Amino acid sequence: MISILRSIWLTFLHIFHKRETVEYPEVKPYLAPRYRGRIVLTRDPDRNERCVACYLCAAVCPVDCISLQAATGEKGRRHPEFFRINFSRCIFCGFCEEACPTNAIQLIPDFEMGEYIRQNLVYEKEHLLISGEGKYHGYNFYKHAGVAMGVKGKGEGDTEYKPVDVKDLMP
Amino acid sequence: MNYLWIILGVIFIALSIAAGLIWVERRLLSVWQDRLGPNRVGPFGLAQVIADTLKLFFKEDWVPPFSDKVVFTIAPGILMVTILLTFAVIPFGPEFCVFDSNIGVLFFLGNSSLGVYSIVLGGWASNNKYSLIGAMRASAQMLTYEVFMGLSLMGVVMMADTFSFSEIVEAQRGGWFILPQFLGFVVFFIAGIAETHRLPFDIPEAEGELIAGYHSEYSGMKFGMFFVGEYLGITLISAIIATMFFGGWLGPSFLPPVFWFLLKTFIFIGVFILLRASLPRPRYDQLMKLGWKLLFPIALLNLLVTGAILIFL
Amino acid sequence: MNFFFYLAAAIALISTIMAISGRNAIHALLNLIISLLAVSVIFYLLDAPFIAALEVIIYAGAIMVLFIFVTMMLNIGTEKKIEKRWLNPRVWIVPSILAALLLVDFILIINGLQIPEPVDETLNTKQVGISLFSTYVLAVEIAGILLMAGVIGAYHLGSQKKKVTHRFLKK
Repeated sequence: MISILRSIWLTFLHIFHKRETVEYPEVKPYLAPRYRGRIVLTRDPDRNERCVACYLCAAVCPVDCISLQAATGEKGRRHPEFFRINFSRCIFCGFCEEACPTNAIQLIPDFEMGEYIRQNLVYEKEHLLISGEGKYHGYNFYKHAGVAMGVKGKGEGDTEYKPVDVKDLMP
Repeated sequence: MNYLWIILGVIFIALSIAAGLIWVERRLLSVWQDRLGPNRVGPFGLAQVIADTLKLFFKEDWVPPFSDKVVFTIAPGILMVTILLTFAVIPFGPEFCVFDSNIGVLFFLGNSSLGVYSIVLGGWASNNKYSLIGAMRASAQMLTYEVFMGLSLMGVVMMADTFSFSEIVEAQRGGWFILPQFLGFVVFFIAGIAETHRLPFDIPEAEGELIAGYHSEYSGMKFGMFFVGEYLGITLISAIIATMFFGGWLGPSFLPPVFWFLLKTFIFIGVFILLRASLPRPRYDQLMKLGWKLLFPIALLNLLVTGAILIFL
Repeated sequence: MNFFFYLAAAIALISTIMAISGRNAIHALLNLIISLLAVSVIFYLLDAPFIAALEVIIYAGAIMVLFIFVTMMLNIGTEKKIEKRWLNPRVWIVPSILAALLLVDFILIINGLQIPEPVDETLNTKQVGISLFSTYVLAVEIAGILLMAGVIGAYHLGSQKKKVTHRFLKK
């Protein structure tokens, strides 16, 4: 009996408490840098596409919302011919970002992507590809990869040895 | 002509309060839950009422093919009619009463007991297991609480020596009945919550276990009638508490009597909403036990003591 | 006033006939409720508002709710074979002849009765109370004892032994 009256009184006192509501369109909430929002494709510091169309993101996607087709450029560099994300399916789990070997696909702190037409939620490559580097500045996959793709020669990386001369008998 | 204005005024006040409560309840609940509540549509979100009403009107009014269609259709109407009829006997002011009946209190009790049908028949006609369980709970709960809702008012009736609401108000010029009839007030208040099946006692519609209980098959304006009927019920119980125990329209004369009546009514509506914000729902058997084993003896005891004091003092 | 009396009486008669002829149990009960309400209107027209209110509260409001409650729980179908067997003429012809004889008897008695003039004053609650506790005190007491017996019986039927589900809790 006393406890019931006490809980009524305590609830009444909540009139004087601070409101917890964030009035969204006027007051934007703080989104952490690692917030998982809209997905973008990023570029290298030298403005080439980072994506090498390895299909790992499409394979790991639990709702199968990513589809892409690989193509090979004139220097033998792979890039996606088309890259399509269906955001009406995407659950923003971030697995694609984790799977990506080249840091190309990234989730950024933006969630304001409501649409009246459902078809507009299917983003093509021109909608996804941004001209910046996203969250990882200065990263270039081909600086670390073993293949030469015009960024650095074979074996010139910081953590690489020179290529072994297979015709030399010295160890 | 004057009479017509009174009728229209009472209906207007009752219905506009009930509709406005859609907004008031959501705002007040949010105040007690550290939120802001609906504040987007119109100034302070006041147009939320219009938006909600329009939404209800334009929803598909679906009558389930497996239901008893006649009963299904008349059930929500019964609720509205019984509650609106009761507003006829409540004095909003000295001359502001549609029908100053000499059996006003009994009229209220009779109408509230007829209100049970709306829920019982609505639940039965839906032909749905959850609705039926809700309807059975509602009938048991409302029958139980009706018994001592009447008994708790009888103390006031004995002190005022009349069944007429306006004479009861006049009898409180010397002092409100809340002091001598405090037990009656407590019992009536709890019974009133159970009669309107408001939130601590919303066992017939308990959404956690019965989806929405008796009105789970209702949609559109038929649901809207149950919805508005619940708010009308709150307004009615608050108005009757104000009339029976808190002096009705009596108050300092610098403001019109209608104002004092509405002020008291609104305070109790606020208390109803506060209860919703703060208390959990009891189990069904706990509710029945509370009714028959605690409130019923209290109501009888109150009646006995009041009668004894009136006779021997 | 007379018009309203005849209207209420007609409603009461029609709804009662519909109540006893209806096939759907709930619809029959609804008609019975309407009949009770019409009777209550008649009481009110006869300047007995207290009885009218009691008719609504007790009969229409409480007892009929219990009827509906029970009917809901029994889940009665619309028609049964056994009812058809009951309704063949061989079964009902003798009771109906007897009932017709009683009806003739009743009409004769009513014709011979002196109908008292309706009293002009409103029957108030105080008079009802005084007559209940002076003239009819014996009937009130007997009814009270009867109800008490009902309450005790219901309590006895409703009380159940506490079910012990665990052997350690058994005494």
